[in-house]
Amino acid sequence: MYVLSAIISLTLLGLLLGFLLGIAAKYLKVESSPVVDELESLLPGSQCGQCGFPGCRPAAEALVEGKAAPTMCPPGGSALAEQIAALLGLDLDLSAVKEPELLVARVSEATCTGCTRCFKVCPTDAIVGAPKQIHAVVADACIGCKKCVDVCPTECLQMHPVEVTLRNWRWTKPALPLASNAVC
Amino acid sequence: MLKSCLNAVSPVHNDIVKGLKGLLVTPFFLPLETITKPENEGDIFQSFLDFFSKPRIRGGVHAEQNKAQTATQNIVYQFPLPKKLYIPLQQHVGKPAEPLIRVGDKVLKGQLLAYSQGLISAPVHAPSSGVILDVNDYPAPHPSALPIRMIVLETDGKDEWLETHPVDDPFQLTPEDISLRVGAAGIVGLGGATFPTAVKLNMGRENQIDTLIINGAECEPYLSCDDRLMQERAEQIIDGVRLMLHGMTAESAVVAIEDNKPQAYLAMQAAAQPYPLIKVLQIPTRYPMGWDRQLIRYVTGKEVPVGCRSSEIGVTIHNVGTAHAVHKALRYGQPLVSRVITVSGGAVAKPMNVEVPLGTLISELFDFCQVNIEQTARIIMGGPMMGDALPHTGLPTVKATSGVLALTQNELKNTDEQPCIRCASCISVCPAGLRPLDMANNIRINQLDVAVDLGLKDCISCGCCSYICPSNIPLVQYFKYASGEVVSRQQAQHKSEQTKRLIDDRNARMERIAQQQREEELIRIAAKAERERLKAQQEAIV
Amino acid sequence: MMANMKPGSGAHVGVKVSVSLIMWQVMLAISPATVYGLFCFGWPALNLFIITVLSAVFFEAFCLRLAGRLAKPVLMDGSAVLTGWLLAMTLPPWAPWWIGVVGSAIAIILGKQVYGGLGQNLFNPAMLARVALLISFPIEMTTWANVSPLFFSHSPGLIESWHITFVGLDNLDATTGATTLGFVKTEFSQNRLLVDILKDYSGFLNFIGWTRGSLGETSTLLLSLGGVWLIRQGVIQWYIPVSLLLTVTVLSGFFHTLDAQHYVSPFLHLNSGALMLTAFFIATDYVTSPNTKTGQLVFGAGCGLLIFVIRTWGAYPEGAGFAVLLMNSATPLIDYYIRPRIYGRDRKGKPLEIPKS
Repeated sequence: MYVLSAIISLTLLGLLLGFLLGIAAKYLKVESSPVVDELESLLPGSQCGQCGFPGCRPAAEALVEGKAAPTMCPPGGSALAEQIAALLGLDLDLSAVKEPELLVARVSEATCTGCTRCFKVCPTDAIVGAPKQIHAVVADACIGCKKCVDVCPTECLQMHPVEVTLRNWRWTKPALPLASNAVC
Repeated sequence: MLKSCLNAVSPVHNDIVKGLKGLLVTPFFLPLETITKPENEGDIFQSFLDFFSKPRIRGGVHAEQNKAQTATQNIVYQFPLPKKLYIPLQQHVGKPAEPLIRVGDKVLKGQLLAYSQGLISAPVHAPSSGVILDVNDYPAPHPSALPIRMIVLETDGKDEWLETHPVDDPFQLTPEDISLRVGAAGIVGLGGATFPTAVKLNMGRENQIDTLIINGAECEPYLSCDDRLMQERAEQIIDGVRLMLHGMTAESAVVAIEDNKPQAYLAMQAAAQPYPLIKVLQIPTRYPMGWDRQLIRYVTGKEVPVGCRSSEIGVTIHNVGTAHAVHKALRYGQPLVSRVITVSGGAVAKPMNVEVPLGTLISELFDFCQVNIEQTARIIMGGPMMGDALPHTGLPTVKATSGVLALTQNELKNTDEQPCIRCASCISVCPAGLRPLDMANNIRINQLDVAVDLGLKDCISCGCCSYICPSNIPLVQYFKYASGEVVSRQQAQHKSEQTKRLIDDRNARMERIAQQQREEELIRIAAKAERERLKAQQEAIV
Repeated sequence: MMANMKPGSGAHVGVKVSVSLIMWQVMLAISPATVYGLFCFGWPALNLFIITVLSAVFFEAFCLRLAGRLAKPVLMDGSAVLTGWLLAMTLPPWAPWWIGVVGSAIAIILGKQVYGGLGQNLFNPAMLARVALLISFPIEMTTWANVSPLFFSHSPGLIESWHITFVGLDNLDATTGATTLGFVKTEFSQNRLLVDILKDYSGFLNFIGWTRGSLGETSTLLLSLGGVWLIRQGVIQWYIPVSLLLTVTVLSGFFHTLDAQHYVSPFLHLNSGALMLTAFFIATDYVTSPNTKTGQLVFGAGCGLLIFVIRTWGAYPEGAGFAVLLMNSATPLIDYYIRPRIYGRDRKGKPLEIPKS
């Protein structure tokens, strides 16, 4: 008798809760994910395509759908990866992230013809100049997207790593001590 | 106010402690004492009393002194003039100086080579007479040895002074004039902070400070240049102190000297005797007693709030070497072109304090002091607690160089790192009240935000935590790395925002252009339609 | 030279102290009490001690190999030996061999290595093992051998000791009895008064440790000497031992004054059970105690309070293990709320205000 009442009451309870959940799923449905917008605002927005997606918005969507890892954005580096992981509540293995080697474009004055093609494609207006005049790169505005390199007819634009000076030199992180202790 | 504070620091407290300690030494404990020296925290009665009295000194370590090798000999003045001097344009906090000489110019000792730029900057003068060989990038005295702009001076051996214009009585000068002259002499804080002294004098004057503290603590092990300077040139230093007081229109000064330098204390006290407003005070020997904020709290009882300068609470602190430089600048019109440097360490055959022209290469210094490069495991500029390891000896000495050490492997701390056992020694020795072990653990797993919340920005890199750590964890390096990384990330963040703004601007512009083109196109189409209509009309008429 | 010239930052010099040195110093401090305990309880105690320490080392090495790490450098730090040692100190001296092995396994595997090894554990491994053993094997863990020193005629010889350790005790009544605390507890339940219960109690014998009890817990004298020496050496701080012992003394003194027939005196408290071992060697464990001195005072006081409460009103005659474990779990909380004030900031971390002069 007791067993019967227990079975009946638990079944009823299960049905009731399931029903409530069903209602909640129907009426409290989130239409579109606001996370995508938030993610997109985190991403650099230069539409550089280095992640393999056609732009930052598609990349953000892929992140939400779990099709991309938080570490997929090379220009953002580990700082961005951490922000993304925090937003999506993901565990992050930073050991796989290579810090992006920061690059800037530089114009070789000997070969520049002043064709203006490069500064038409530059997403941040980092290249200045006028037709038939030698162009120059504003290093602070250059994001290293390499779009100018692709269109330059004379290969006068080349990417160089950002020079390490006393101003941007940083202490390195101490190596983990136990790494040397591993057997295999 | 000040008087009451000074009374509070009476030695009575210390005597009680010593007496109590004497009682505790029983034969039972003696034979085992040698296993480890009871490092600070072993001092139970001290810590017991500390616990109940509001501690004036927080944290700190009793580092092995190693000062006797150099502190017992006179300063050496016969350093052979180097053939070439490498003078960095930036030897101070702030903007680098701007050169006003050309390659090939002949200059005299003390001649202005580069003038100060901006509010916080300092000029650079020729440390000897000779010809300018080059103005270019050379390796800086920095752990990275990355290039920095320097003037290379080939000395002519005459060491000929520029004609100086000393004032007869600098006390007749206005305080503003004192600051100007100190600034023009290129004087910066010689304790290692290298903040332009003139700026500090001005801030002291503007904030109407009531106490000038002269830092003679010299708490770093090995270094003894301030000690020797105080012993040998006490009167000149006191004169410099008086001039600084005049320059800040301040009344009283306290010269604070650690009690491991009794002779310097006596010399300074004798020199300060005629001036009742300059007090010479012995302070306990405990690293980092020379940290300005620790010293301020010990001497005045006041604590400098985070984000404030000490002058805002009525205190300014200068180093004894700076006071001596001020004396030379105002009494003799000589700019800062040389300084006393301690050369010491286990690999140095003739350790000494030696006065050298600024820009002397460390290699020449080492030759003079007979350093055994084979035995040298690490070259350190500054003291062993806060100094920087240098990669080679081809780097010049600068205004901030209080010492150059050549340490053997034996003297260095073991680098065999072990896991943290949470012994919390680092917490008890931290003078800033931080929790280094928690900070380092968070940095290790890249939780930099947490580390910042724990007080990363309040870390002064004094090295006490690294010094004391039984597991040899490079705590300070973690903090330096994290601080740099935080700055890098802020810069990256800033750049990313700027990039977004640039992209938005560009898109808006492109949109505007496209819009304009569309409108022009519409106008053109409309005009064409109009023309066609007129044409059709005319044809219809015809 | 220059081979090790990686740009390390300061401090370039430092104390010549290492983790292993600290561990060895603790072992040195505890060795007089250990030797005395081994002497008092004879060969079976020595068997148990060796088995416990060796199995602690074995389990440590086993876990390290399992994690793919070289065992030798880690074993050299001495922490596994110390854990086994401390555990052995808290076991009944004639306990069977598997008590030592199981205890070491719990201490090293569950108490330490699952958390990630040295410095990561939340609970004191030795106390965790002791409490787990006490709950799982109450008979073995409360069978207290009489004092039967080495080489005495009625004490078990070497051969006999192997029988005790590896087979078991035959003649329980003749060779075992109750500890002072246990005796008091059972007699209280018979509604007897202290004056009757403690007729045969000798404060002096308890003080030097000539009494039934765990292997290394009995000698108040030697344990406190070792502890004071550790404080002198700077290996441990005085905060935890002093606040722990003071709390027990004050509480028991208060209740003893109120009712001398139903509450044992502070003297008996300080002289019995695991109190001294806990105060100087267990509660002061770096890893599981708070980081600041105020936190350590709170921690010590909490341990003392719990020990007194469990001893006086609890079901167990001795509460040191439970007290330490409970306070261990409170350590992160204590560290969160009690933290040093940062220079130039107030307790909440806001910059100080500029004083108006």
